[in-house]
Amino acid sequence: MEKFDIISSRAPRIDTPDKATGKAVFIDDISKPGMLYGALLQSPHAHAKILSIDTSKAEKLEGVKAVITSKDAGSVKYGVSPARYDETVFAIDKVLYVGDEIAAVAAVSLETAQQAVQLIKVEYEILPAVFTVEDALKKEAPQLHENFPNNLCAQVHQEFGNVEEGLKQSDIIKTTTLKNKRQDGACIEMQGCIAEYDVREVLTLITSTQVPHYVQRTVAMVLGLDIGKVRVKKPYLGAGFGIKASANPMELACCILAVKTKKPVKMNYNREQVFMYSRARHQFTHTITTGAKKDGTIIALKHECYLDGGAYTSFGIATVYYTGSLLGGPYKLANMSYDGYRVYNNKPACGAQRGHGAVIARACFEQQLDMIAEEIGMDPMALRIKNMMNTGDTTCNDLNMSSFGMSECIEAVRKGSDWDKKKGNMPKGKGIGMACGFFVSGAGYPIYRSDTFHGTVIVKLTEDGGTALVYTASAEIGQGSDTAFAMIAAETLGIPLENIRLASGDTDMGVDLGAYSSRQTLMTGHATKEAAEHAKQQVLEVLAHKLDIPMEDMDIKKGFIEFKNHIPDFSVLRTRYIKEHRGWTDNPDSEKLTFKEASRIAFLEKGSIVGTGKYKPQLLGGKFKGAAVGTSPAYGCSAQVAQVTVDMETGQVTIDHITDAHDCGKAINMTSVEGQMEGSVSMGIGEAMHEEVIFDDKGRVVNNDLAEYKIVTSMDMPIVNAIVVESNEPNGPYGAKEVGEGAIMPTIPAILNAVYDAAGVRMNELPLTPERVYNAIQVYRKKLSA
Amino acid sequence: MKKIINVTINNKPCELAVESNQTLADLLRYDFGLTGTKKGCDTGDCGACTVILDGDTVNSCLVLAVQADGSMVETIEGLSNEDGLHPLQKAFVEKGAIQCGFCSPGMIMSAKNLLDKNDNPSDWEIKEGISGNLCRCTGYQKIFEAISSQCSKPNSDINPNINQGGPHGKI
Repeated sequence: MEKFDIISSRAPRIDTPDKATGKAVFIDDISKPGMLYGALLQSPHAHAKILSIDTSKAEKLEGVKAVITSKDAGSVKYGVSPARYDETVFAIDKVLYVGDEIAAVAAVSLETAQQAVQLIKVEYEILPAVFTVEDALKKEAPQLHENFPNNLCAQVHQEFGNVEEGLKQSDIIKTTTLKNKRQDGACIEMQGCIAEYDVREVLTLITSTQVPHYVQRTVAMVLGLDIGKVRVKKPYLGAGFGIKASANPMELACCILAVKTKKPVKMNYNREQVFMYSRARHQFTHTITTGAKKDGTIIALKHECYLDGGAYTSFGIATVYYTGSLLGGPYKLANMSYDGYRVYNNKPACGAQRGHGAVIARACFEQQLDMIAEEIGMDPMALRIKNMMNTGDTTCNDLNMSSFGMSECIEAVRKGSDWDKKKGNMPKGKGIGMACGFFVSGAGYPIYRSDTFHGTVIVKLTEDGGTALVYTASAEIGQGSDTAFAMIAAETLGIPLENIRLASGDTDMGVDLGAYSSRQTLMTGHATKEAAEHAKQQVLEVLAHKLDIPMEDMDIKKGFIEFKNHIPDFSVLRTRYIKEHRGWTDNPDSEKLTFKEASRIAFLEKGSIVGTGKYKPQLLGGKFKGAAVGTSPAYGCSAQVAQVTVDMETGQVTIDHITDAHDCGKAINMTSVEGQMEGSVSMGIGEAMHEEVIFDDKGRVVNNDLAEYKIVTSMDMPIVNAIVVESNEPNGPYGAKEVGEGAIMPTIPAILNAVYDAAGVRMNELPLTPERVYNAIQVYRKKLSA
Repeated sequence: MKKIINVTINNKPCELAVESNQTLADLLRYDFGLTGTKKGCDTGDCGACTVILDGDTVNSCLVLAVQADGSMVETIEGLSNEDGLHPLQKAFVEKGAIQCGFCSPGMIMSAKNLLDKNDNPSDWEIKEGISGNLCRCTGYQKIFEAISSQCSKPNSDINPNINQGGPHGKI
């Protein structure tokens, strides 16, 4: 395997010294001279007609600079997928959930803006509302969107192979259901933005987003501006997890207010509004039937799922496809059918969240594998390895596993958890369970139909020589992408990491689709590598000419020029460099020619040295409807083992330990890979154990704060043994692929399988509250005694 | 109605007039430009605004500026000096305990206060010491490791070097 100087190391991240000292600038830390503050008027009703809006009192309030409604914002529809744009900035004649935006105010202070919002009079005619999938599908249910009868936002029907025939051939058939609860992203930073419209009519939006590129396009489309006149910049972001992966109505309202007032306008969501905006994980209700042979061979999988979508589509079209497509692997499976239904109702819209669409499907299916293993007396790990795909295999729905360390991950967690000794030998109330999962390393196609490159990168060498500037429009959202790209650039150029300076998150720097679908490392990593190679090549070309040595006989390593054969006499170049830097104190005296000297000489010959790089995946996927969703140049895979204690008297589940192995291809930064694994596990534990957004009968979020919506705290978190399993991904830069989302896939089913091992109960509803587990134990005991 | 207060922030005494309803978090962020103190909820749930007030951690969004009259306040900006990062900040950087970084200033202030009071906390005490600081990114593991590395006798239980061995499996 290739030897690296920087890649695969534990280099400290380039952004964290600023973050550790409080110097890192996040959106709410920014203010502009003459800045106004914006506030939103949001619907108090879940479903109502807007009869009239009177803004006159608000406009008259001293300090108010603008009041806008749909009259100003227009009726351009937007959303995530162009196939299903169903949102407008402000409600035009109907509001569809508690929180739907109706108007916005810009004023000299936040207090004034909020006061003005209170003065806007809206006359409503309350309409009947529906809050569940079941109610929304009823014949008599009110229809939310004109063209979508029965409130069916999207439905998917797919069959690969012949499922009925497969089930007939099966010796063992298991059917179970699993229902999770709507999650909240619960990023610690609440969304915010500042929009500014300058005298040359350029609109700059600084915003807490994962996707500057998509926000730029949405803003230009909704405001009717030339895309070249819209610039979107992302400061440091207090995490995303998918919730900030599309333009939100606040950003659009803020832009309209800035254009109208010609002043910078700042807006923020408070925590209540974060919950109202939502866009987090759907509530899924799965019914899965799996058929297998007596020897453990999986034959067929029949899958049905209802998604509780909320008032708008958001990412929902992609979600409902992902829910089905990502069960295609990691096991050999010839027959698979999927019927998915995403249903509108009068709650906030759900969207994409870590492990998009696939987490609960995986949790349901991986339990069935354990049930089959138990019935035939096979070790759950052995059953999985028996059915495991091989490197190079393609799933029945055309997903190709170009690298695939799944079985190696299982072996790693087997060893790491002491599985062979513990499985079957745990004391009463203690259990051990495992599961597998995989995820895309970047969506194979952009959200809008286009031949666009998915990422472009510029590497510019400073004219004095020595420093490489990396410019990328990608989004550092906390995952460590800036550091990964700096490391890739340093490795490729052959210079130390400290000689890289990187700027990202600005649409002026190029095209980058942003941080979603675990795409940054593979896709922007490729573009970074290509840009750095391009810059390096230009330096070596000049050297080849000056020293009369073929380019292929030279390389750059650790900041020095390496010559394949003998070191030539480069004194002319050194003298020239030193003359250029007369009076400087760091003149080179090394035996080897330095990169600094070489890049300065290259500048003197050619002007600024600029390398450019780009990436888009090869054509991927099959021809059937929805084939694009789930495709990716590469797939990361994970296996996990959970160890739990179940208090048989109270139903309290405690997670004692997690062993987690992930195949991320080549790890660019080993510490960052572990960080993604540990973070994924904590989000999975939260969903398994206690996260649930609760609504009252009027469609209002009851637990809209971080005290009552319970994410994992330091007290809940078990020790995680994170084991990095490296493979070499042929489609990845330096062999790298994803880790950000695949690592959450096995967490919930591993816990559920461990709970079964401990308490003998199969749970079909999350989260695992003591009450729910207690009740299941009572049913189980009755069954035992009957 | 404004009130004059005297408050020492990061060892600098100052006298100023504040609105009686202004919070300490807003005073630090907007009047002093000490934006390292973050606001993640404004209701005392997340801990991102943690500062040390007269030797104890507080959620500065739940403390009124007037309540800080006559007090000593330490913020994240007071930790690093011209010699560079505080050892705890260095540990957070080196152990990979920071991802998005939004909770980090508050987290580091809680950890500092914990270590100021007890230079060798147990694993349980470390967990408890940061239990008021929510982090959605890291799963806390590397935060435990960073804090643990700064104890006078680094703990072995919580940091069993499980993540220091590099890749286990090669394919």
